[in-house]
Amino acid sequence: MNRAVALYDLTIHTSIDLMRRGKLTSVELTQAVLNRIVEVENQVQAYLTLAPEWALDQAQQADERRARGQDAPLLGVPLAIKDVLCVEGLPCTCGSRILEEFVPPYTATAVERLREAGAVILGKTNTDEYAMGSSTENSAYFTTHNPWDLSRVPGGSSGGSAAAVAAGMALGALGTDTGGSVRQPASLCGVVGLKPSYGRVSRYGLVAFASSLDQVGPFARTVRDAAMLLSVIAGHDSHDSTSMPLPVPDYVGALNTNGLNGLRVGVPREYFIPGMQPEVAEAVRAAIEVMRGLGADIKQVRLPHTDYGLPVYYLIAPAEASANLARYDGVRYGLRVDAPEGMWETYRQTRGAGFGSEVKRRIMLGTYALSAGYYDAYYLKAQQVRTLIKSDFDAAFREVDVIASPTAPTTAFKIGEKVDDPLQMYLSDVFTLACNLAGICGISLPCGFDGEGLPIGLQIMGPAFGEESILRVAHAYEQATEWHTYRPQIPMNSETSSINEDDE
Amino acid sequence: MKLTLAEVEHIAELARLSLSDDEKTLYQEQLSAILEYAERLQALDTSAIPPTATVLPLRSVTRADEPRDSMSREDVLANAPQVEADSFRVQAVMD
Repeated sequence: MNRAVALYDLTIHTSIDLMRRGKLTSVELTQAVLNRIVEVENQVQAYLTLAPEWALDQAQQADERRARGQDAPLLGVPLAIKDVLCVEGLPCTCGSRILEEFVPPYTATAVERLREAGAVILGKTNTDEYAMGSSTENSAYFTTHNPWDLSRVPGGSSGGSAAAVAAGMALGALGTDTGGSVRQPASLCGVVGLKPSYGRVSRYGLVAFASSLDQVGPFARTVRDAAMLLSVIAGHDSHDSTSMPLPVPDYVGALNTNGLNGLRVGVPREYFIPGMQPEVAEAVRAAIEVMRGLGADIKQVRLPHTDYGLPVYYLIAPAEASANLARYDGVRYGLRVDAPEGMWETYRQTRGAGFGSEVKRRIMLGTYALSAGYYDAYYLKAQQVRTLIKSDFDAAFREVDVIASPTAPTTAFKIGEKVDDPLQMYLSDVFTLACNLAGICGISLPCGFDGEGLPIGLQIMGPAFGEESILRVAHAYEQATEWHTYRPQIPMNSETSSINEDDE
Repeated sequence: MKLTLAEVEHIAELARLSLSDDEKTLYQEQLSAILEYAERLQALDTSAIPPTATVLPLRSVTRADEPRDSMSREDVLANAPQVEADSFRVQAVMD
């Protein structure tokens, strides 16, 4: 591992400071990141679509705006977007063959807000198909490699965004989190990832997976950068009836506090389980001691229905997915396989050919859970237990301000290790999915490395619309430690260096 | 709780998914394992617990009913697999 030095390793905060002081242009910064992408993309494979010319155009425009004396919160900062969020004119595949040719005619609100804030969009990052997965291995195109160890997964489903930020291929990124898909890859790639409260960020232009759970969230290398991105994307949108009409607090301002005096941090024993990697538990317990040292009041809390979270999630999310994905019928967009037998067979063959294995598995599971005779036993039951899980958090947040836990039970696993056993793969989300079921917010940030040099993530969860609290705690911890300053060393191969020379 | 092959085929029909024989066998095994795992929910008495469909207090959100421009026909049709006479071309619904 290396300390940050290069332009592409700058934080968003520092890069803006340099650009405001005239020490750096967006074109220089964007070119440095594009050069870095040329250098490491063959090994990492984070991007499904790259838009280098458009990115440099945007950077040029950002520099011109600044030269005219204008400023904006993210003016000139190059960012990556998970390929489930629409960007007008760029393909949006959702990691699926069924949308291979789809080019959206409009831009998602979250991305539009980044653009209005002056950000430069670099391209679209790899994802498990329709965000269903924990490793990017379910992408129909390729698997993204973890920058800390190329033989391992980056986590998922937003693994392309996490890997891009970790590898210096973007200063920050957007992902989406339905059961941990921002936080778990952030943990496995050693970056910061935040899942906002349900209703905090507009989902207009986000391709739907599970509508009662999906949220858009930022990736960055520091908590301050994540707060800056959240400040831009958060807030009500008349295009999304599930976005809450609430004012957006000053998330960056919330970081400016000394220590954690008087802040109550809950530790749930249900989140330290047999079977988890011992080094993960140790690192998280050590992080909690750091918080105690900063003045936090550490208290045990109970979340007694934790064990039921996984089955509840894997009934509700597939049920909602089976309904949302019914729209892929080969009529208005996407793949169509014409069958001579007629319309119904065209539907069957289009969907059979267009969807990958995990998506079909979840459509089948969700369809079963919603079908006549099984609705009460599975879907309704899961929704009732969801109420109990939410009540656990409501009760805990009457006693504490935030809850600290591991983000994932293990560090990054080997590519191929869990692909044949869906239940084992689903267990990667065991500490993150309750947050989505309860609609609360959570952040993952680096808190150590295991014996193999792989990053470990600390999760801080807060009540609904309590993003200021989790950012404040995460920032205080981050400032007291140096885990966020390490960068992966990515081996160069001869093939990429020759591409690099051609490019120069 | 072991699904039969006939049940797998029935679910695939409800979901309009054509599956190969290998996929049917695979999903029969995997879905059975996942559903067996989900059986643990039955241990909880939820007879008095209301279901949670959404965590938000919002219900039936509406906006002002004001006319505004919509997307152009060209944009709407741009991604269609088949277009005819400025419309989506589909197969006959009834024989």
